[in-house]
This record gives sequence, structure tokens and C-alpha cells, in this order.
Amino acid sequence: MAKSGKDVELSRGSAVQRTGLVENPGFEPAHKRVHDLDPAKATKAEKGISALFLISGLMSVAAFALNFAFPIVEGDLSTTRLNTLLVGVAIAAGLLSLGVGAVHWAKALMHGHDLVEERHPTRGDEQTRQRAAEIFTQANKESGWTRRRLLRNSLVTALVAFPVPAIALLRDLAPAEDPNTVLKYTAWKKGTRLARDTSGVAIKASEVTIGSAFHVIPENLHEYHETYLNEKAKAAVLLMRLPIEDLNESEDRKGWSYDGIVAYSKICTHVGCPVALYEQQTHHLLCPCHQSEFDVSNHCKVIFGPAARPLPQLPITVDAEGYLVAQSDFLEPVGPSFWERTT
Amino acid sequence: MSKIQRTGRRHPVAAAALLLVGLFVSGGSYALVTGAATASNDVPSAQQIETGESLFLANCASCHGLNAEGTKAGPSLMGVGALAVEFQVGSGRMPMSGSGPQAEVKPVQFTQSDIDAMAAWVSTLAPGPGIPDDKFLTGGDASNGAELFRVNCAMCHNVAGAGGALTEGKWAPDLKNIDPVHVYAAMVTGPQNMPVFSDMNITPEEKRDIISYLQYLDENPSVGGFDLGSLGPVSEGLFVWIFALGGLIAITVWLTAKSN
Repeated sequence: MAKSGKDVELSRGSAVQRTGLVENPGFEPAHKRVHDLDPAKATKAEKGISALFLISGLMSVAAFALNFAFPIVEGDLSTTRLNTLLVGVAIAAGLLSLGVGAVHWAKALMHGHDLVEERHPTRGDEQTRQRAAEIFTQANKESGWTRRRLLRNSLVTALVAFPVPAIALLRDLAPAEDPNTVLKYTAWKKGTRLARDTSGVAIKASEVTIGSAFHVIPENLHEYHETYLNEKAKAAVLLMRLPIEDLNESEDRKGWSYDGIVAYSKICTHVGCPVALYEQQTHHLLCPCHQSEFDVSNHCKVIFGPAARPLPQLPITVDAEGYLVAQSDFLEPVGPSFWERTT
Repeated sequence: MSKIQRTGRRHPVAAAALLLVGLFVSGGSYALVTGAATASNDVPSAQQIETGESLFLANCASCHGLNAEGTKAGPSLMGVGALAVEFQVGSGRMPMSGSGPQAEVKPVQFTQSDIDAMAAWVSTLAPGPGIPDDKFLTGGDASNGAELFRVNCAMCHNVAGAGGALTEGKWAPDLKNIDPVHVYAAMVTGPQNMPVFSDMNITPEEKRDIISYLQYLDENPSVGGFDLGSLGPVSEGLFVWIFALGGLIAITVWLTAKSN
């Protein structure tokens, strides 16, 4: 190698002498397939491939026929299952045998020799490049783009102004309401009765036995016609009654519960999944999405998982008729964090 | 009143009288009960209560205390009612095989008459929920039950009743092929970490609807094909990773390999 290194003539500019380069190995020796060597095998492969194509055609026709042989009967879900299964399997088998046949044809019977396709250079030849430059120069001369500066600048001004109406139009796609208000307040108000989810029947404090869990919506939720689901998504509450000695309440929240009955937002402070997996002996609440765990006996403090804040508590009391009512809205925004949130 | 001397001892005839009364009651109730009705709906006989107490002392008292007052190892059974006994013992959870996060379901350890006897004795301790009437166990509205199940039960038990994990080794069991009485009992009594869904929260008729929904799930196969345990993204994702991705890799290898 050292000797051959001396023999190489260095060009002016090349600072590093490169030795030991891997030589282009060229093509591998010609690879003969069994189908090239044995005509009987080739015939066999040909028959196999045409069988695959025939199966494909058969399956496509079968998919058509099966759709009518096993129709979907309205109201009977098992017929839907059978229909989609059979039609789907037939279409899949038709497409798959078509593809397998085509690939097998190409691999086994079409010519198998290696070839090289050279990549052509991306730079155009000198003549093309000169012609392009000529066109630009001529266009400039004929239009006066650089000569008539007033014309050019007024055109640029017009083009800059053109997208301005889009700002107004696209702005109208944004929510009409201030998202801050939407995110910070829920349907709960002072005196709103706590009602059972879906039925909307108000809950009396006497109906909540120890160990109970109620899924709660505000009684007036049905008044929100258009935004019903949005309001429900914010106002959903889980109502639980703990043995009163298990409840460790901080001084400032002593009046927020009633006889061991506590109400907490059901919307996880992590990413807003409904937290409702309540364990009545450990008083733990589990969020099923990311396993955040809240301790109901300690104001839903986070004891495990990715949630950053405790679940907001709804202050409750009872009205003159014994129904559970909210003292106010939640005192902090429910659910996950958002940009404008201050705490 | 003062004529009766309180000696603290029973009159010698009392035992015989009690036995006679017991025999009349049990014989009479037996005559009343037809084959279809459950014996547990009827007034328990004195003998049944006595059998129940002796079974309790032999099998349960080590944890629940000699008078079912509860110990450190097990809760008090005052006021849990016959329904809790039917659920815990009738489903094989009690007696517990060992302490752990949750009582596991085992083969049932007692005959139904033994369970009824223990239930009868426990319900004499303090009033508690009894076995529901048959009309609350069958023939409900499965569609209404499905909605109630989705709101109140599905967060733990999975909307297809496949069960799910809870915290620290506990779990919500799957609800496939559960005796309707046990479904009803679980809602009323709130066993272990399950919250209570009393009749004031979910009415007996609504409980019947929920039972009907679970029976509908038992009797009707999943319309979406293989349910893979109805566990959602976990089992479905695993299936896709192994079989769909594995199939794609196999096809790629075949496409790029030279024909022999």
C-alpha cells in the first residue's frame, strides 16, 4: 500500500492523501433461480400465479354475492357482524392474492439480472443556463420592472394589502365568547340543587347513606339547550358520604361539606378525564386515564400520578326542604391548566 | 309484673316450648313455600337461626368477633343484613382465604341452606337489607339499565362489564355471568371498596334494569367481532403490535428477498 501511495499523483489542492479505499466490487455473479434452470418448475410457478389471480377474481365476485346472501337486517346486530365479516374477508382475500400473485410473478418469472440506473446530474448544461438568463433579462427589459419603479412599488403595495381582509374573516372563526369566562365559570350557582346524572332528579341529604357515591349534575342543566354537553363537561360532580370521623377538613373549608357529604369536581386536573373510581374504604379516587390518585378524606389531595392540583371542591349545604344545594360556583377553575389560569 | 321472679334462669318448659314453636314455624313455613319461591324470603325459623349462629361461631367469629361486633381483622356485621351474607358467602368471597388487598372469589364454601342460616342469624343482630323480591331480579329494561350502568358503574367495571384495575392491588371484578341476587346485593351493600348504591340512589326497578343489561351482555356476543376481553386499547393495541405489525414485517422481508 505504501508503495502504491507514492505512485498516486496528488492534485494541487488535495491536502489529504486517501488510501485504502474500498473498491467497487461490481455485480455479484449471476444468480440463477430454480425457475431459470428448470422449465418444469417455471411452468409450475406460472400455474400457481394464475391460480392466485383466479382466486382473486373469485373472491371479488364472492364479496359481491355474499353482500346479498347475508344482508344486514335492521335491528339485528348479529347480521351486521356476519355481513361485514364475510364481505370484508372476501375483499381482503381478493386483494391480497392479487398482490401476492403480482409480486411472485415479478420475483420468480420476470428477468432476474442486475442492472444499474445512473443518476443524471441536476445542474443544467451551459446552453440551458444561458438561455434562462436571456429570458429573464429580456422580460425585465420588456416589462420595465427595474426601470419603472413607481409601477413596481405600487404593485408590491397592492399585493401586501391583498390578504388584509382574511384577518377579519379568519378572526370570525374564533369563539365569540371570551374563553377565559368559559373556562373559569360553570353552571353551579348559589342555591343550585344537586341532581342525579341523566335523570336530573334532585338529591336530598337524607338519601345519601354512608359509603354512597352519586354522580351529580346541576338541577338546572337542562336549561342550557345548545351548550348542554359543554356545560355538563365542566359541571360534573361526584358526591360522596364518608364516615364523619374519616374527614380531615381544613379550617377554611369546614362549612363546605354537610354531615360527611362532600362534593368534588369530576374533571381531572391533569388532562380532564372524568375521575370517578371511588374506593369507599380507602377514600381514594382514581383517574382511569393516567392513574392520578386523589385522597377524598384530605380535600382530594394528589397522592399519586401526574395531576398537579387537588380536585376543586364544590361548597354544599342543604336548603329548607332538605335538598343538597351549592353554596356558590367552584372557587377555582375546574379541569386542566390553561394559559390564562392564574393559580 | 312483680309476681314474676327474675332468677336469670329459663323455666324448664321454655326450651321444650321454644322447640315446639320452632317446629311449628319451620313446618308451617315449609308448607307455605312452593318450589319456586326462595326460602330466604320467609321468616327464618328458630332452628335456622341457631344453625346460623353455630356456623358463624365455627367459621367467621375468629375475624368478626364472637358476637359479630368486629375485630381488628374484620368489620362488625351489625346491620349488614342477610343480603351482605348472601353476597359475601354466596359468591365465595367469605370466608377469606387470607388477608390481602381484596377478598377473592373462590368456590362457594357452604351449601345454600347453610348460607341462608347464617344470613338469618346475622339479620337478627340488627335490621339490615334483606334478599330482594324476585320481581326485582328479572325482566327489566336493558336499554335503561345500560344508561344507568354507563353513568354509575362503567367507570370501574368497564362499559362491557369486563372489570378493571383500582389502586394498590385492588380491582373491580368483571361482571360476566353473575347471579342477579349478587349484582343486586353488591349495589345495596357496597362490598369492600365498592360505593353503596342504596335504593334511594338507584331504585329497585332501576337495579332490575341494570341486571337485565348485564344479562343482555352475557347472552349476546360482541357485534364488533373478537372483543379481546373488552379491555380496550391495551389488548387491542397488543394484538395490533404483534399480529398486524408482525404481518407487515413478514411481507416486507418476503418482498425484498431474492427468489431462490
